[in-house]
Amino acid sequence: MKMKKLGILLSVMFFAVATMAQGYEIGDKVKDFHLKNVDGSHVSMADFPDANGFIIIFSCNHCPYVVAYEDRMIEIHNEFAPHGFPVIAINPNDTIAEPRDSFTNMKVRAKEKGFPFPYVIDADQSVYPKFGATRTPHIFLLKRDGADLRVAYIGAIDDNFRDASAVEERFLANAIHAVQRGETPEPAVTRAIGCTIKTRN
Amino acid sequence: MRNMRVFLSLLIVLFISHTLVASKSDHLTVFNFEEFEHWLYKETDSIYVINFWATWCAPCVKEIPDFEKLYEKYKTDKVKVLFVSLDFPAHIENRVIPFIKRMNMQAQVILLDDPRSNRWIPKVSDEWTGAIPATLVYTRDFRQFYEREFKFDELEEIIIPLLK
Repeated sequence: MKMKKLGILLSVMFFAVATMAQGYEIGDKVKDFHLKNVDGSHVSMADFPDANGFIIIFSCNHCPYVVAYEDRMIEIHNEFAPHGFPVIAINPNDTIAEPRDSFTNMKVRAKEKGFPFPYVIDADQSVYPKFGATRTPHIFLLKRDGADLRVAYIGAIDDNFRDASAVEERFLANAIHAVQRGETPEPAVTRAIGCTIKTRN
Repeated sequence: MRNMRVFLSLLIVLFISHTLVASKSDHLTVFNFEEFEHWLYKETDSIYVINFWATWCAPCVKEIPDFEKLYEKYKTDKVKVLFVSLDFPAHIENRVIPFIKRMNMQAQVILLDDPRSNRWIPKVSDEWTGAIPATLVYTRDFRQFYEREFKFDELEEIIIPLLK
Protein backbone atom coordinates (compact mmCIF):
# COMPACT_ATOMS: atom_id res chain seq x y z
CA MET A 1 0.00 0.00 0.00
CA LYS A 2 2.77 2.33 1.00
CA MET A 3 4.71 1.38 -2.13
CA LYS A 4 1.66 2.09 -4.24
CA LYS A 5 1.33 5.57 -2.75
CA LEU A 6 4.99 6.22 -3.36
CA GLY A 7 4.57 5.04 -6.92
CA ILE A 8 1.69 7.44 -7.47
CA LEU A 9 3.64 10.26 -5.89
CA LEU A 10 6.64 9.53 -8.09
CA SER A 11 4.56 9.42 -11.26
CA VAL A 12 2.85 12.69 -10.30
CA MET A 13 6.25 14.26 -9.73
CA PHE A 14 7.53 12.88 -13.03
CA PHE A 15 4.49 14.25 -14.81
CA ALA A 16 4.96 17.65 -13.18
CA VAL A 17 8.60 17.77 -14.30
CA ALA A 18 7.65 16.57 -17.80
CA THR A 19 5.00 19.26 -18.24
CA MET A 20 7.41 21.89 -16.95
CA ALA A 21 9.83 21.08 -19.77
CA GLN A 22 10.18 24.22 -21.81
CA GLY A 23 11.04 22.71 -25.19
CA TYR A 24 14.02 23.31 -27.41
CA GLU A 25 16.64 25.85 -26.52
CA ILE A 26 19.26 27.45 -28.74
CA GLY A 27 21.65 24.77 -30.01
CA ASP A 28 19.30 21.85 -29.33
CA LYS A 29 18.90 19.10 -31.90
CA VAL A 30 15.43 19.10 -33.47
CA LYS A 31 13.40 15.99 -34.18
CA ASP A 32 11.71 15.74 -37.57
CA PHE A 33 7.92 15.69 -37.94
CA HIS A 34 5.44 14.27 -40.41
CA LEU A 35 2.44 16.57 -40.69
CA LYS A 36 -0.46 16.95 -43.10
CA ASN A 37 -0.21 19.88 -45.49
CA VAL A 38 -3.09 21.91 -46.95
CA ASP A 39 -2.46 20.25 -50.35
CA GLY A 40 -3.20 16.84 -48.82
CA SER A 41 0.43 15.67 -48.81
CA HIS A 42 2.49 15.06 -45.69
CA VAL A 43 5.53 17.20 -44.97
CA SER A 44 8.74 16.30 -43.16
CA MET A 45 11.97 18.24 -43.00
CA ALA A 46 13.64 15.15 -44.49
CA ASP A 47 11.76 15.98 -47.72
CA PHE A 48 14.17 18.92 -48.18
CA PRO A 49 17.60 17.28 -48.28
CA ASP A 50 19.21 20.37 -49.80
CA ALA A 51 17.94 22.78 -47.16
CA ASN A 52 20.57 24.59 -45.08
CA GLY A 53 17.93 25.03 -42.43
CA PHE A 54 14.27 25.82 -41.89
CA ILE A 55 12.10 28.68 -40.76
CA ILE A 56 9.48 26.92 -38.66
CA ILE A 57 6.57 29.28 -37.96
CA PHE A 58 3.88 28.21 -35.51
CA SER A 59 0.94 29.95 -37.07
CA CYS A 60 -2.82 29.80 -37.42
CA ASN A 61 -5.74 31.44 -39.23
CA HIS A 62 -7.50 33.50 -36.60
CA CYS A 63 -4.83 35.34 -34.60
CA PRO A 64 -4.59 39.07 -35.49
CA TYR A 65 -0.84 39.00 -34.84
CA VAL A 66 -0.47 36.19 -37.37
CA VAL A 67 -2.62 38.06 -39.88
CA ALA A 68 -0.42 41.13 -39.37
CA TYR A 69 2.62 39.01 -40.28
CA GLU A 70 1.28 36.83 -43.12
CA ASP A 71 2.64 39.03 -45.91
CA ARG A 72 6.01 39.15 -44.20
CA MET A 73 5.99 35.35 -43.83
CA ILE A 74 5.58 35.10 -47.61
CA GLU A 75 8.30 37.70 -48.21
CA ILE A 76 10.76 35.98 -45.92
CA HIS A 77 10.16 32.63 -47.64
CA ASN A 78 10.63 34.18 -51.08
CA GLU A 79 13.79 35.90 -49.87
CA PHE A 80 15.43 32.96 -48.11
CA ALA A 81 14.06 29.72 -49.64
CA PRO A 82 16.36 30.21 -52.68
CA HIS A 83 19.25 30.32 -50.18
CA GLY A 84 18.18 27.03 -48.60
CA PHE A 85 16.00 28.35 -45.77
CA PRO A 86 12.35 27.55 -46.60
CA VAL A 87 9.40 28.39 -44.36
CA ILE A 88 7.21 25.62 -42.95
CA ALA A 89 4.14 27.00 -41.18
CA ILE A 90 2.59 24.74 -38.55
CA ASN A 91 -0.87 25.28 -37.06
CA PRO A 92 -0.59 23.95 -33.48
CA ASN A 93 -4.14 24.80 -32.36
CA ASP A 94 -6.80 22.30 -31.42
CA THR A 95 -9.44 22.82 -34.07
CA ILE A 96 -12.32 22.02 -31.73
CA ALA A 97 -11.11 24.54 -29.16
CA GLU A 98 -10.64 27.07 -31.98
CA PRO A 99 -12.83 26.17 -35.00
CA ARG A 100 -11.51 29.16 -36.97
CA ASP A 101 -8.22 27.24 -37.18
CA SER A 102 -9.77 24.12 -38.74
CA PHE A 103 -7.96 22.30 -41.54
CA THR A 104 -10.66 23.45 -43.99
CA ASN A 105 -10.09 27.07 -42.99
CA MET A 106 -6.33 26.54 -43.28
CA LYS A 107 -6.84 25.49 -46.91
CA VAL A 108 -9.00 28.56 -47.52
CA ARG A 109 -6.43 30.92 -45.96
CA ALA A 110 -3.47 29.32 -47.77
CA LYS A 111 -5.31 29.76 -51.08
CA GLU A 112 -6.40 33.35 -50.34
CA LYS A 113 -2.86 34.40 -49.47
CA GLY A 114 -1.16 32.13 -52.01
CA PHE A 115 1.25 30.72 -49.44
CA PRO A 116 4.38 29.61 -51.32
CA PHE A 117 5.34 27.35 -48.38
CA PRO A 118 3.75 24.30 -46.71
CA TYR A 119 1.04 25.07 -44.14
CA VAL A 120 0.68 21.93 -42.06
CA ILE A 121 -1.40 20.95 -39.05
CA ASP A 122 -0.08 19.55 -35.76
CA ALA A 123 -3.28 17.52 -35.51
CA ASP A 124 -2.41 15.54 -32.37
CA GLN A 125 -0.57 18.52 -30.83
CA SER A 126 2.58 16.45 -30.39
CA VAL A 127 5.01 18.71 -32.25
CA TYR A 128 4.56 22.17 -30.71
CA PRO A 129 5.37 21.04 -27.12
CA LYS A 130 8.67 19.56 -28.35
CA PHE A 131 9.58 22.97 -29.72
CA GLY A 132 8.22 24.71 -26.66
CA ALA A 133 6.08 26.98 -28.81
CA THR A 134 3.71 29.02 -26.65
CA ARG A 135 2.00 31.33 -29.08
CA THR A 136 1.23 32.16 -32.69
CA PRO A 137 3.21 33.49 -34.40
CA HIS A 138 6.28 31.86 -32.83
CA ILE A 139 9.34 31.34 -35.01
CA PHE A 140 12.13 28.76 -34.74
CA LEU A 141 15.06 29.10 -37.12
CA LEU A 142 16.85 25.78 -37.61
CA LYS A 143 20.29 25.35 -39.11
CA ARG A 144 21.84 22.24 -40.58
CA ASP A 145 24.67 20.70 -38.60
CA GLY A 146 25.82 17.65 -40.56
CA ALA A 147 22.92 15.21 -40.46
CA ASP A 148 21.23 17.17 -37.67
CA LEU A 149 19.11 20.28 -37.48
CA ARG A 150 19.70 22.59 -34.54
CA VAL A 151 17.83 25.60 -33.19
CA ALA A 152 19.61 28.86 -34.08
CA TYR A 153 17.01 31.50 -33.27
CA ILE A 154 13.66 31.65 -31.45
CA GLY A 155 11.20 34.50 -31.45
CA ALA A 156 9.65 37.12 -33.71
CA ILE A 157 10.13 37.99 -37.38
CA ASP A 158 10.97 41.60 -36.57
CA ASP A 159 10.46 44.32 -33.99
CA ASN A 160 7.19 45.85 -35.21
CA PHE A 161 4.17 43.61 -35.75
CA ARG A 162 1.88 46.46 -36.69
CA ASP A 163 3.83 48.34 -39.29
CA ALA A 164 6.27 46.59 -41.61
CA SER A 165 7.53 49.97 -42.84
CA ALA A 166 8.46 51.03 -39.29
CA VAL A 167 10.60 47.95 -38.60
CA GLU A 168 13.99 48.83 -37.18
CA GLU A 169 15.37 45.34 -36.60
CA ARG A 170 14.67 42.33 -38.81
CA PHE A 171 15.45 39.77 -36.10
CA LEU A 172 14.82 36.68 -38.24
CA ALA A 173 16.55 37.91 -41.41
CA ASN A 174 19.53 39.03 -39.33
CA ALA A 175 19.62 35.63 -37.65
CA ILE A 176 19.64 33.85 -41.03
CA HIS A 177 22.45 36.11 -42.24
CA ALA A 178 24.42 35.29 -39.09
CA VAL A 179 23.88 31.54 -39.64
CA GLN A 180 25.00 31.92 -43.27
CA ARG A 181 28.21 33.57 -42.02
CA GLY A 182 28.71 30.75 -39.52
CA GLU A 183 28.03 33.08 -36.60
CA THR A 184 25.65 32.91 -33.66
CA PRO A 185 22.59 35.15 -34.10
CA GLU A 186 22.41 38.13 -31.75
CA PRO A 187 19.81 38.33 -30.31
CA ALA A 188 19.20 34.58 -30.48
CA VAL A 189 15.89 34.90 -28.62
CA THR A 190 13.28 37.65 -28.94
CA ARG A 191 9.77 38.00 -27.60
CA ALA A 192 6.52 39.23 -29.03
CA ILE A 193 2.86 39.33 -28.12
CA GLY A 194 0.86 36.53 -29.68
CA CYS A 195 -2.17 34.29 -29.30
CA THR A 196 -1.94 31.36 -26.94
CA ILE A 197 -1.90 27.90 -28.44
CA LYS A 198 -5.38 26.48 -28.00
CA THR A 199 -5.86 23.11 -26.35
CA ARG A 200 -8.92 21.19 -25.21
CA ASN A 201 -9.09 21.21 -21.42
CA MET B 1 -20.82 89.10 -8.15
CA ARG B 2 -21.96 86.41 -5.72
CA ASN B 3 -24.26 84.92 -8.31
CA MET B 4 -21.41 84.87 -10.73
CA ARG B 5 -19.25 82.90 -8.27
CA VAL B 6 -22.02 80.36 -7.66
CA PHE B 7 -22.52 80.06 -11.38
CA LEU B 8 -18.80 79.49 -11.96
CA SER B 9 -18.57 76.87 -9.20
CA LEU B 10 -21.56 75.12 -10.67
CA LEU B 11 -19.90 75.13 -14.06
CA ILE B 12 -16.73 73.64 -12.58
CA VAL B 13 -18.67 70.94 -10.76
CA LEU B 14 -20.57 70.12 -13.93
CA PHE B 15 -17.35 69.99 -15.91
CA ILE B 16 -15.61 67.68 -13.43
CA SER B 17 -18.53 65.31 -13.09
CA HIS B 18 -18.88 65.20 -16.84
CA THR B 19 -15.21 64.30 -17.28
CA LEU B 20 -15.47 61.61 -14.61
CA VAL B 21 -18.52 60.03 -16.17
CA ALA B 22 -17.05 60.25 -19.63
CA SER B 23 -13.78 58.66 -18.56
CA LYS B 24 -15.58 55.63 -17.22
CA SER B 25 -16.45 53.98 -20.50
CA ASP B 26 -16.52 56.42 -23.42
CA HIS B 27 -12.84 56.97 -23.36
CA LEU B 28 -9.84 54.71 -23.13
CA THR B 29 -6.44 56.07 -22.17
CA VAL B 30 -3.63 54.88 -24.41
CA PHE B 31 -0.10 54.51 -23.09
CA ASN B 32 3.18 53.49 -24.60
CA PHE B 33 5.32 51.23 -22.42
CA GLU B 34 7.34 54.06 -20.92
CA GLU B 35 4.16 55.80 -19.80
CA PHE B 36 2.70 52.54 -18.53
CA GLU B 37 5.75 51.18 -16.71
CA HIS B 38 5.07 52.90 -13.36
CA TRP B 39 2.01 50.64 -12.93
CA LEU B 40 4.40 47.73 -12.48
CA TYR B 41 6.25 49.27 -9.55
CA LYS B 42 3.79 50.99 -7.22
CA GLU B 43 5.24 51.37 -3.74
CA THR B 44 2.05 50.83 -1.80
CA ASP B 45 0.37 48.31 0.45
CA SER B 46 -2.19 47.65 -2.24
CA ILE B 47 -2.20 44.38 -4.15
CA TYR B 48 -1.99 44.98 -7.86
CA VAL B 49 -3.55 42.49 -10.24
CA ILE B 50 -2.57 43.48 -13.78
CA ASN B 51 -4.18 41.47 -16.53
CA PHE B 52 -2.96 41.65 -20.13
CA TRP B 53 -5.75 40.89 -22.57
CA ALA B 54 -7.34 41.75 -25.90
CA THR B 55 -10.86 41.59 -27.29
CA TRP B 56 -9.68 39.14 -29.98
CA CYS B 57 -8.21 36.75 -27.40
CA ALA B 58 -10.91 34.18 -26.57
CA PRO B 59 -9.36 32.83 -23.34
CA CYS B 60 -8.83 36.42 -22.16
CA VAL B 61 -12.46 37.31 -22.76
CA LYS B 62 -13.52 34.17 -20.91
CA GLU B 63 -11.66 35.09 -17.72
CA ILE B 64 -12.65 38.77 -17.56
CA PRO B 65 -15.77 38.12 -15.40
CA ASP B 66 -13.53 36.27 -12.91
CA PHE B 67 -11.21 39.27 -12.62
CA GLU B 68 -14.24 41.56 -12.33
CA LYS B 69 -15.58 39.39 -9.53
CA LEU B 70 -12.22 39.64 -7.77
CA TYR B 71 -12.35 43.42 -8.15
CA GLU B 72 -15.90 43.65 -6.77
CA LYS B 73 -15.19 41.41 -3.81
CA TYR B 74 -11.84 42.87 -2.76
CA LYS B 75 -11.86 46.49 -3.88
CA THR B 76 -12.27 47.65 -0.29
CA ASP B 77 -9.29 45.46 0.68
CA LYS B 78 -6.85 47.48 -1.38
CA VAL B 79 -6.90 45.04 -4.30
CA LYS B 80 -6.38 47.00 -7.50
CA VAL B 81 -7.37 45.27 -10.70
CA LEU B 82 -6.03 46.81 -13.90
CA PHE B 83 -6.97 45.51 -17.33
CA VAL B 84 -4.28 46.28 -19.90
CA SER B 85 -5.71 45.89 -23.39
CA LEU B 86 -3.28 45.00 -26.14
CA ASP B 87 -5.84 45.62 -28.84
CA PHE B 88 -4.76 47.59 -31.87
CA PRO B 89 -5.41 51.35 -31.45
CA ALA B 90 -7.44 51.36 -34.68
CA HIS B 91 -10.01 49.17 -32.92
CA ILE B 92 -10.57 51.35 -29.82
CA GLU B 93 -13.77 53.03 -30.99
CA ASN B 94 -15.41 50.16 -32.84
CA ARG B 95 -14.34 47.17 -30.73
CA VAL B 96 -12.69 47.89 -27.39
CA ILE B 97 -15.00 50.57 -25.96
CA PRO B 98 -18.19 48.73 -27.06
CA PHE B 99 -16.73 45.56 -25.50
CA ILE B 100 -16.00 47.31 -22.18
CA LYS B 101 -19.59 48.61 -22.12
CA ARG B 102 -21.13 45.30 -23.11
CA MET B 103 -19.19 43.43 -20.41
CA ASN B 104 -19.95 46.26 -17.97
CA MET B 105 -16.32 46.25 -16.86
CA GLN B 106 -15.92 48.21 -13.63
CA ALA B 107 -12.21 47.80 -12.92
CA GLN B 108 -9.89 50.22 -14.65
CA VAL B 109 -9.03 49.54 -18.30
CA ILE B 110 -6.17 51.10 -20.22
CA LEU B 111 -4.67 50.33 -23.61
CA LEU B 112 -0.97 49.64 -24.05
CA ASP B 113 0.11 50.60 -27.53
CA ASP B 114 3.74 49.79 -28.10
CA PRO B 115 4.55 47.59 -31.10
CA ARG B 116 8.17 46.97 -30.07
CA SER B 117 7.16 44.25 -27.69
CA ASN B 118 10.56 42.54 -27.63
CA ARG B 119 11.79 45.56 -25.67
CA TRP B 120 9.06 45.72 -23.08
CA ILE B 121 7.86 42.12 -22.54
CA PRO B 122 10.97 41.21 -20.46
CA LYS B 123 10.41 44.34 -18.36
CA VAL B 124 6.98 43.07 -17.34
CA SER B 125 8.45 39.67 -16.54
CA ASP B 126 11.42 37.65 -17.63
CA GLU B 127 9.15 34.61 -17.66
CA TRP B 128 6.71 36.03 -20.20
CA THR B 129 7.07 34.54 -23.70
CA GLY B 130 4.45 36.96 -25.02
CA ALA B 131 1.29 34.86 -25.07
CA ILE B 132 -1.90 36.31 -23.59
CA PRO B 133 -3.76 36.09 -21.29
CA ALA B 134 -1.03 36.97 -18.85
CA THR B 135 -1.32 38.35 -15.33
CA LEU B 136 1.06 40.03 -12.92
CA VAL B 137 0.24 40.07 -9.20
CA TYR B 138 2.37 42.11 -6.87
CA THR B 139 2.48 43.92 -3.60
CA ARG B 140 5.32 45.20 -1.45
CA ASP B 141 6.82 41.80 -0.64
CA PHE B 142 5.32 39.60 -3.35
CA ARG B 143 5.68 39.51 -7.10
CA GLN B 144 4.49 36.72 -9.37
CA PHE B 145 3.84 36.51 -13.09
CA TYR B 146 1.45 34.04 -14.69
CA GLU B 147 1.26 33.22 -18.41
CA ARG B 148 -1.98 31.29 -18.09
CA GLU B 149 -5.74 31.51 -17.71
CA PHE B 150 -7.44 32.02 -14.37
CA LYS B 151 -10.69 31.16 -12.70
CA PHE B 152 -11.99 33.26 -9.80
CA ASP B 153 -11.10 30.64 -7.14
CA GLU B 154 -7.55 30.44 -8.41
CA LEU B 155 -7.18 34.21 -8.26
CA GLU B 156 -8.61 34.29 -4.77
CA GLU B 157 -6.11 31.62 -3.67
CA ILE B 158 -3.29 33.97 -4.65
CA ILE B 159 -4.84 37.09 -3.15
CA ILE B 160 -6.05 35.84 0.24
CA PRO B 161 -2.59 35.13 1.73
CA LEU B 162 -1.52 38.62 0.65
CA LEU B 163 -4.36 40.31 2.55
CA LYS B 164 -2.93 41.06 5.95
